[in-house]
Amino acid sequence: MTASKKPLIEMKNIEKHFGSVIALAGVSVDVYPGECHCLLGDNGAGKSTFIKTMSGVHKPTKGEIFFEGKPLNFERPRDAIRAGIATVYQDLAMIPLMSVSRNFFMGNEPERKVGPFSFFDHEKANEVTMSEMKKMGINLRGPDQAVGTLSGGERQTVAIARAVHFGAKVLILDEPTSALGVRQTSNVLATVDKVRKQGIAVVFITHNVRHAMAVGDTFTVLNRGKTLGTAKRGEITPEELQELMAGGQELATLEGSLGGTV
Amino acid sequence: MSDSANVDANVDERVKEMSSFRKSLIRPELGGICGTVAVFVFFALFAFDSGMFNSQGILNWSIVSAQFMIIAVGACLLMIAGEFDLSVGSMIGFAGMMIAIFSVTLGWPVWLSILIAFVMCVAIGALNGIIVVRTGLPSFIVTLASLFILRGFTIYLPQTVERKTIIGGVRDAAEGDWLGAIFGSKIFTGLFQWFGDIGLLATFARGNRAGQPVVDGIPMLIVWALILVVFGHILLTRTKFGNWIFASGGDAQAARYVGVPVNRVKILMFMFTAFCACIFATCQVMEFGSAGADRGLLKEFEAIIAVVIGGALLTGGYGSVIGAALGALIFGVVQQGLFFAGVESSLFRVFLGVILLLAVILNTYIRRMITGEK
Ligand SMILES: Nc1ncnc2c1ncn2[C@@H]1O[C@H](COP(=O)(O)OP(=O)(O)O)[C@@H](O)[C@H]1O
Ligand SMILES: [Mg+2]
Repeated sequence: MTASKKPLIEMKNIEKHFGSVIALAGVSVDVYPGECHCLLGDNGAGKSTFIKTMSGVHKPTKGEIFFEGKPLNFERPRDAIRAGIATVYQDLAMIPLMSVSRNFFMGNEPERKVGPFSFFDHEKANEVTMSEMKKMGINLRGPDQAVGTLSGGERQTVAIARAVHFGAKVLILDEPTSALGVRQTSNVLATVDKVRKQGIAVVFITHNVRHAMAVGDTFTVLNRGKTLGTAKRGEITPEELQELMAGGQELATLEGSLGGTV
Repeated sequence: MSDSANVDANVDERVKEMSSFRKSLIRPELGGICGTVAVFVFFALFAFDSGMFNSQGILNWSIVSAQFMIIAVGACLLMIAGEFDLSVGSMIGFAGMMIAIFSVTLGWPVWLSILIAFVMCVAIGALNGIIVVRTGLPSFIVTLASLFILRGFTIYLPQTVERKTIIGGVRDAAEGDWLGAIFGSKIFTGLFQWFGDIGLLATFARGNRAGQPVVDGIPMLIVWALILVVFGHILLTRTKFGNWIFASGGDAQAARYVGVPVNRVKILMFMFTAFCACIFATCQVMEFGSAGADRGLLKEFEAIIAVVIGGALLTGGYGSVIGAALGALIFGVVQQGLFFAGVESSLFRVFLGVILLLAVILNTYIRRMITGEK
């Protein structure tokens, strides 16, 4: 399916050093449109650092990034957003004190001109917010409902809907499900599925194999700043993936002592 | 997976229907509205005959409230953007002193003196902002330093150039000055004279102002206050920039990630606060005809108190300019009302403390209802 497509983003041998800390030691990943690429790995493996080089937060120390075949050089997150790379960070997605509609259009406010003055077009913003949220299966009390009154999963969904609405070609989700309950997680996974079907490339970070298996088309496992391998859906079993993530041996010992419950 | 994700598209049984009356009540300004009503009821009951509610009395507390409003608007927008400015009071003293030194000591035209004072204040405001965003230090500390530095200069400069701490003669210098008039004159004087002539307003019976109405116009100070409140309110609630102000104070990092120029917003708000302080100072200097080294003392706290009574969150991201204006009104009415009622002036602080506490408790309660905060 993906073999005929060209990759949307090619990350080649990305290295990132923070002083003496080598967070990434040459990671390569290709992301295809309409495909959900899962990035797995334990805490500190370098997943967040890796996607931050994709979204313009960090400049890679070494390595190349190609976006739609052209080499990329983002200076600021804003450049990445303009190019169509949207990132939903785990806890920085939304401002709880502000309304859903103000959050939705934060940084992209629609304007209406009255004479020489430009005003925030609240009517349009509210309308779009309500309809986009409805598409994602979330019923708001009103567009002026504060984000703080939404559940964690609903907040993630607002952030995802926002990214999609503003024309993201690549949607990066950094551990969107790690703080969520079962029902909220499945809501977010369903949202990811909807987004992928619209032809958007999704990079989905998680350390939960079951969440990855639910929506992933391709799986890359990171460990200590290196790729342990990339596999397509159907080429790998959840058990193998789990084992790869935990670094084989350690898990085997653990499994022995815990009686196979991990 | 898909069935659990399938939320019913039309009804959510967990959302309680809220009456539109209740909904319209629950707004950030509610604390300020309640406080305003309470204060007016209180003084109408206990000080109605004191002269507080005749035309002169109304003008009296309107002027004091307008002063608070001018600095409260700046402090409000800055607080919503997530920062404080403790140098407002010193800035007021400094700006006034600069105008007096330029116009009286150096003999420059008043309009030029005022313009230069504004440029200096806004530049100092920008410097405050730049230091805060560059160093990441709390604005509390940075502007505390400015508080001392500016106050120090305000005392030092007039002593050096004039050997005194109060410079007078500004009113004479401002005679006929167009910009001085924009801050120091009164409007609708014809209308008020007519009110006096037809008996709608009391007139002076004796003295050199005999026949003139006791209130002869609306001071420009009040006009400035209303302009700033309307401007601040529209900027905050009806523009893109207003959304950026909320976002910068609500969560600067989240705002940056979606491309909001947080640093620019914060620096501009520091500049605006300084601009408001300079308006306050200019009106005051034009009214008194002099500048004093101790002018504006403690004004930064009064501004912050008005803003907090008005429902703003001290940590930023939430608040209302209308609320801050009501907070300023409460402040002015209480201060002057107790004076009219002949209450010992030290009790003003007791009263103020009680109002502050009640308003903040009510505001916290309302805010939690709106934002779902814990
Ligand atoms: N800004 C930074 N400065 C220094 N070290 C960092 C920085 N960001 C990440 N690291 C280090 O890089 C490694 C990978 O971190 P991260 O990408 O956040 O891991 P993950 O998201 O996979 O849990 C960690 O050892 C972390 O301490
Ligand atoms: Mg991480």
